[in-house]
Amino acid sequence: MAGATSASSAAGGTATGSATAVPVLEVTDLSASYGPVKALDGVSLRAETGRITAVLGANGAGKTTLLRTISGLVRSTGGRVRLGDEDITRAPVEAMVQKGMAHVPEGRGVIAELTVDENLRVGSLFRGKVGRAEFDRVYDLFPRIAERRGNPAHTLSGGERQMLVIGRALLARPRILLLDEPSLGLAPRIVAQIFGLLRQLVDEEDLSVLLVEQNARSALSVADVGVVLNLGRVVVTDEASRLIADEDLRHAYLGF
Amino acid sequence: MSQPQEKTAASAGEMTSESPVEATTAANAPSGPASARRSLLPGNTLLRHLVILAVCAVGAVALLELTSPFRNSQFAVLAYYAIAAGGLTVLTGLNGQISLGHGALMAVGAYTTALLLGAEEPLPLAVVFLAAVGITLLLGAVVGVAAARLHGPYLAGATLALAVGLPGLALYYDDVLGGEQGLRVQSPRAPEWFQGFIGFVSGNNATTTKWLAYVGVICLLLTFFLLANLARSRVGRTWRAVRDEEVAAELAGIDLGAWRVLAFVVSAACAGLAGAVLGVVIRLAAPSGFTIVLSIALLTAIVIGGLGSLLGALLGSALLVFLPPFVTNLGADLGLNNTEAAQLAPFIYGVVLIIVMIAAPAGFVGTIRLRWLQARGKRAARTAQG
Amino acid sequence: MLQFVNVTLNGLVQGMIFAAFALALVLIWRSTRIVNFAQGSMAAATTFIALAIIQAGQSYWVALVVALLSGFLIGAVIERVVIRPVEGGPELNAVIVTLGLFVAIQALIAIVFGSSFQSFTTPFGLRGFTFGDTTILLTPNSLYVIGAVLVTMLALIALFRFTRVGLAMRASAFGQEVARLLGVRVGRMLTLGWGLAAVVGSLSGLLIAGGGLVYPAYMDVIIVSGFVAAVLGGLDSPIGAVVGGLLLGLVLSYVAGYLSPALVNMSALAILVVVLLVRPGGLFSSSTARRA
Repeated sequence: MAGATSASSAAGGTATGSATAVPVLEVTDLSASYGPVKALDGVSLRAETGRITAVLGANGAGKTTLLRTISGLVRSTGGRVRLGDEDITRAPVEAMVQKGMAHVPEGRGVIAELTVDENLRVGSLFRGKVGRAEFDRVYDLFPRIAERRGNPAHTLSGGERQMLVIGRALLARPRILLLDEPSLGLAPRIVAQIFGLLRQLVDEEDLSVLLVEQNARSALSVADVGVVLNLGRVVVTDEASRLIADEDLRHAYLGF
Repeated sequence: MSQPQEKTAASAGEMTSESPVEATTAANAPSGPASARRSLLPGNTLLRHLVILAVCAVGAVALLELTSPFRNSQFAVLAYYAIAAGGLTVLTGLNGQISLGHGALMAVGAYTTALLLGAEEPLPLAVVFLAAVGITLLLGAVVGVAAARLHGPYLAGATLALAVGLPGLALYYDDVLGGEQGLRVQSPRAPEWFQGFIGFVSGNNATTTKWLAYVGVICLLLTFFLLANLARSRVGRTWRAVRDEEVAAELAGIDLGAWRVLAFVVSAACAGLAGAVLGVVIRLAAPSGFTIVLSIALLTAIVIGGLGSLLGALLGSALLVFLPPFVTNLGADLGLNNTEAAQLAPFIYGVVLIIVMIAAPAGFVGTIRLRWLQARGKRAARTAQG
Repeated sequence: MLQFVNVTLNGLVQGMIFAAFALALVLIWRSTRIVNFAQGSMAAATTFIALAIIQAGQSYWVALVVALLSGFLIGAVIERVVIRPVEGGPELNAVIVTLGLFVAIQALIAIVFGSSFQSFTTPFGLRGFTFGDTTILLTPNSLYVIGAVLVTMLALIALFRFTRVGLAMRASAFGQEVARLLGVRVGRMLTLGWGLAAVVGSLSGLLIAGGGLVYPAYMDVIIVSGFVAAVLGGLDSPIGAVVGGLLLGLVLSYVAGYLSPALVNMSALAILVVVLLVRPGGLFSSSTARRA
């Protein structure tokens, strides 16, 4: 198993290392623990501009911990995280967004007591004054939340909340977007709509997405690269299309 | 042989992983069985506590007879602090509820005692004390019913309101309760048999002060004996479950509210007895004696010792008695006048509360016990590996 | 009739002070889920600072400004040094820390400024306005109290509604982790929040002291009233705190005026217990309140 793992991640490396080989985010040998429990055990991966990288795996595989460790919410116990040319392993959480990384946490992360518009404004606070046009662009992308901009965010539906937090993250003009389980609890139609939009954003702008998903089938349908985690370790890294084709792997780790 | 060791190791590990240490950690530490197996004490809890009680009683007599009358009166004060702190330990340490109203509950005990002893033909002291306990217990039940539905800051605020509000009644009913001046307490003299007893034991003078010190210490020992048995019984385990595993306890069919009320009632009964002892020792029941500072001093006592530990409550109470004269003298040496120097003690209570909560939330006894358990756990793990 | 008017007016003025104090508690509760039982002692400390400045010959207004500024400093430093370590931990630990601050600061005031009763001035008269030949219990000082609290509230509303710092503070209060991920310096916002709350608390302490006597424990009763007012309004809601403060001020004034002043604190307790048992979320809990 160990041999297969290293072979396929090497293959993944060459496969992704072709045309757009600029890693925005590079995670090397990252480890993290909750007390005595090792949640991440030497995870390495890279995310590149213009690509969606999906992190897949069962419940408890360490997917959410991986994102939280990358953005500094969980302290790493070993390894490195690089954003572009910069080592951000020990950078404070509050500084990440300034450096170009936007993290949308699990459970959507709207601030329920604030209005839709205020939620967006919080997302742009660190940039100083931001023109109205940028807000309008987010509202153009998500007309459904535009109608509700004056309402408190706790009145939004699950899909609307997801649109709001993605829109809010975009206002930070990130180089990389970390998304934690965006499909959770949403109707398939809404999931398809949101994933379609992500694809469009990544294709049209200088954006990279690191997507954590339990719903591997939908995630691989939109992603370029898949990273499969199991018990805090990377099992395999490969092109999404090849992961879908590998039936044994799908049955063993992806549950479809 | 290896089984109990493994158990201890597991529970020690549990506590280290719990990163923000709960103030009530000390109460979690298993104390009985593991240590009993190594010592000479009997394994049966009740029997063991009886042996400890007897040893403590002998020790207390020796202590009181070997020390000066001034120290005797200090031990009397220690007794009522410790009785109240012991009750608060049950409430806060075992059951996880805070109370700032225990000063006010002590006032109820003290005023009851003052009124009953002030009668033309006062009842025997034991009956008066029982009445004081009973009345405080009733009030405690009423407060407890309300308190059972509150938690943390809400409960602290509500009991704070009780502490600030109740003395107002002494002013409102000033014809009976004496208003701002309060009531004098007609403390009983030492009975004949006591004089005989002291004469037999040490030949010392059986003064009223000495008698009251004995009354306090007897009440203290009985209270702690009862509380210790309660804490180690099914009742104590249920309280801990209500505190730590609210949801699980409720699913297991435990009526959370009823158990919380029971904890408050037991705790209030202790406060009532403490107030009664305070009344006869101080010989005065006045609103100024039961300010919020008293309640916070009690809280300091149990927090320093480690919430949930009766021994800790006793040590903490000792600090309340012996620290103030010490720091007041220190303050006077530093050039403070009397009233300023008298404020050094509450100042230190406050600072100690803060420091203990930040640096060692398990308290003094709790921290030592934790360290010991961790060391044992590591040793056990090492032998298991080897 | 005149008595009713006077008791009502008195209740309104007192209610404004309770409202300000309750507001200070709510500001802190909202952002850190801590009830600051030390708020009263902190306010008393700044009042004694003001008193010292006045006694040194400065004007009331200089003393007021210095007191409010020192209130801010005290609040911010306390948050940074002793509250930060217990934030987000078990709630009992935080309660015990603020109680420790409560007695420690009170004792410190007594050590530094003495524990005797001292009179505190007010820049405005304490004689009631006269209409025809009746004098009502509304004094220039009470107008000053009402005005000062209103101005403070408007300033807070403006701060939270219309400024970027205010938005950042609200975001930090309601969604700490999300705010951090969005680049808000949550730690600073919490410090700022404690500082601001201490300013508001200090203001209520200074207002209640005006024209009366102060001693180290003079705010003890206000802590209870302010807490009851805040719980009445639902602890989470600044508007609720203001309404709760006014309501409580009126009720307690009626109790003092028609029953007995000795029953005021017991009435506050009774109101608190009834509210906590019947509507634990406060009188206005149906709105957006989210129970933690």
